[in-house]
Amino acid sequence: MNDYLLEMRDLRIETIVDSRKKRAKPTEILKGIDLTLRRGEVVGLIGESGAGKSTIGLAAMGYARRGLRLSSGEIWLDGQQILGGSVAQLAQLRGQKVAYVAQSAAASFNPAHRLLAQVLEVTKIHKHMNTAKAEKRAVELFARMGLPHPEAFGMRYPHEVSGGQLQRAMTAMALAGEPDLIVFDEPTTALDVTTQIDVLAIIKEVIQEYKTAALYITHDLGVVAQISDRIKVLKNGAEVEEQATESLLNAPQNAYTKELLNVRSTVIETELSDDEPVALGAEGIDASYGTVQVLNDVSVALKRGSNLAIVGESGSGKSTLARVIMGLLPPSKGTLSYNDQPLSSGLSDRTASQRKSIQMIYQLPDVAMNPRQTIAEIIGRPAQVFVGMSKQNTLNRVHELLHLVDLPVEMAQAYPNQLSGGQKQRVCIARALAAEPDVIICDEVTSALDPLVADGIIELLLKLQRKFGISYIFITHDMAMVRAIANDVVVMKAGTVVEQGAKARVFAPPFNDYTHLLMSSTPEMRVGWLENVLTERRMEAGGQ
Amino acid sequence: MINLLRDLNLSARIGVVIVVVFLLAVTFGPMLLPYSAVEISGSVWEPPSATHWLGTDNVGRDLLARILTGGRMTVLVSFFATCGAFAIGCPLGIAAAITGGWFDLIVTRSVDALMAFPGLILALIVLSAIGTSIPSLLMMMAVLSSTIVFRLTRAVASDVAAMEYIEVARLRGETMRWFLFKEVLPNVAPTLFTEFGLRFVFAAILISSLSFLGLGIQPPYPDLGGMVKENALAITFGRSAPILPALALALLAIGVNLIVDGLLKRNANLDLHK
Repeated sequence: MNDYLLEMRDLRIETIVDSRKKRAKPTEILKGIDLTLRRGEVVGLIGESGAGKSTIGLAAMGYARRGLRLSSGEIWLDGQQILGGSVAQLAQLRGQKVAYVAQSAAASFNPAHRLLAQVLEVTKIHKHMNTAKAEKRAVELFARMGLPHPEAFGMRYPHEVSGGQLQRAMTAMALAGEPDLIVFDEPTTALDVTTQIDVLAIIKEVIQEYKTAALYITHDLGVVAQISDRIKVLKNGAEVEEQATESLLNAPQNAYTKELLNVRSTVIETELSDDEPVALGAEGIDASYGTVQVLNDVSVALKRGSNLAIVGESGSGKSTLARVIMGLLPPSKGTLSYNDQPLSSGLSDRTASQRKSIQMIYQLPDVAMNPRQTIAEIIGRPAQVFVGMSKQNTLNRVHELLHLVDLPVEMAQAYPNQLSGGQKQRVCIARALAAEPDVIICDEVTSALDPLVADGIIELLLKLQRKFGISYIFITHDMAMVRAIANDVVVMKAGTVVEQGAKARVFAPPFNDYTHLLMSSTPEMRVGWLENVLTERRMEAGGQ
Repeated sequence: MINLLRDLNLSARIGVVIVVVFLLAVTFGPMLLPYSAVEISGSVWEPPSATHWLGTDNVGRDLLARILTGGRMTVLVSFFATCGAFAIGCPLGIAAAITGGWFDLIVTRSVDALMAFPGLILALIVLSAIGTSIPSLLMMMAVLSSTIVFRLTRAVASDVAAMEYIEVARLRGETMRWFLFKEVLPNVAPTLFTEFGLRFVFAAILISSLSFLGLGIQPPYPDLGGMVKENALAITFGRSAPILPALALALLAIGVNLIVDGLLKRNANLDLHK
């Protein structure tokens, strides 16, 4: 026997094939994974989507997603083989020995029950604590998680607390059953950077305090570097390499890991003078949804041929500003201009050429493309509507555009669901290009993509800028991207512009407090960054 | 089509067999029988025999011939009424979902007002006022059924309308026609297709009820509901004459429902695997 808490040996997971379809072969999702975890140890699993990270995490609980099956291998948890265990045996395990914290706490809590009831469910099912004691422990945990009013917190419903609080409540729920192992599946990915750093710090503290082992799944190396003792890099269901965190970051062995470590290839440092001609301007914009005002006196200017980055947390009004510029949400006050000509606030009042010249690319290509239209139809339609292209010429144009965005022309006949995330976003770029625009608004275009894929998309957008002189507005919360490619930066908070100007000016001292908070909250790929930031903040707070 | 059949579960396949046999029988059956539906060929309420397989009706007409011909009438009227309901309800529902605002408000409230009346009673009032003819019946049934089709279409189209590709199309300044046929309809078609089956069954039951009450299809045309009424008295003599047309209607309804259930299950499964 050994002293491993969790041990996976040559774990293989494959898709279940319909037995009626004889020729179909199962696809291997995990191709022989070995993993060991000692008590109190944290191992980070990192890789792109489809790498099998979550599948490993769930396998640690003896669970395979619908449509998948564990085809071979062994999983030992605390000396007990859990593969092939009965449902009742596995239920004993889950919550007591191993717990799970999911990416979207909002989707994991039942909106109809109070938080306390849900956090305590596991102690009730396993009956290892009486109610009074369990409630006391929950309050302790809430307090430990830094949640406001720990005694009353549990009486709230999930919709009454913020996203960051909910994620902490979920960690409290995982700890409630005093498990030996917690599987964290991208627990901070859906959070803003400023919230992420708090949640991250608390997760790190409590797993150290409770001596819980953890599997930490993420695609963000900066995050995993703060929390894990070891990192395992995965790709397409197979291990790429595994090393202690420090040595992986400093001396990666594998080419793929090296790529992951230096994703950002292009950096733009051109500084534009203030007298450059303005392609698109917004002056003193107020806008509201119903009675709720979401933009308050916002003015921005996009210089011709440049990149303007609008950054801020969710709820800062950056996407609303994009909707105002596109004419989808008429502002209650303020004016818009395009090439020094006034731009009507309502879409229907704009000229055809104005509509053609300003295009938009969305965050989620999945919902930005009609699943029942072929790629050729999706890309071809704007060419017909905006440029007036005939049906015969359209297909040639579609092929040309596919070539421009580095996709094979055969893809024209495919449907969106046959494409990968990165390919879908390229199609959306091609669709925007089909209108031959001057300005493209990119609303979080890379945030749903894996880092390497996202970098490819940014490279493509910049290549197109060099070729066609397109100006971009990047709406994003990715500070690293802003630092790399923006010419000008606008920082927004709660519907107002906090700071704006050339990148070099915004990102250099003297800092605006909020800009500094955003910048310092972005995880960096080095060990000890989290502690440094927290210490710094404590010192600042103490000094004031 | 064959692939679709392969995907269906056992009960849905049984449904397909029932419906296909029913449709073949009502289409070709009357041509193969020695008696027409209106010809008096025996005495009143004869029990089933070698000459009259299902017996005869209240004036001595062959019951099998009348059920097949009446079934054909019921199927045709229900089918066209359902088509009418979808022709009214679908475009309005999609337009309401896409346009929103006052248009949505007015149409939805009007439909609500129409739905507030019990369907059968409204149909009885209108039909007694304007008189019973096949065109007026079709129109009445189409309008009544279109309210539910509108509700469903608006609900599923609202999901689609929230998608960003609709916003993209809006930014392109597309016409309502494009939204209808290119953006929304292909995405909601599976749901509407299954609803068509359900509406068809309800239409068949409605027309039969109306005929049973004497306001549906008028003699001498046979139809299933009317036949139950004509032969209702026979039940006191222990004859099966009124049961058989009712059974035929039930068979059609069960067959269609089995198919619809199977299709709904299949669609639900597809969604899970995405």
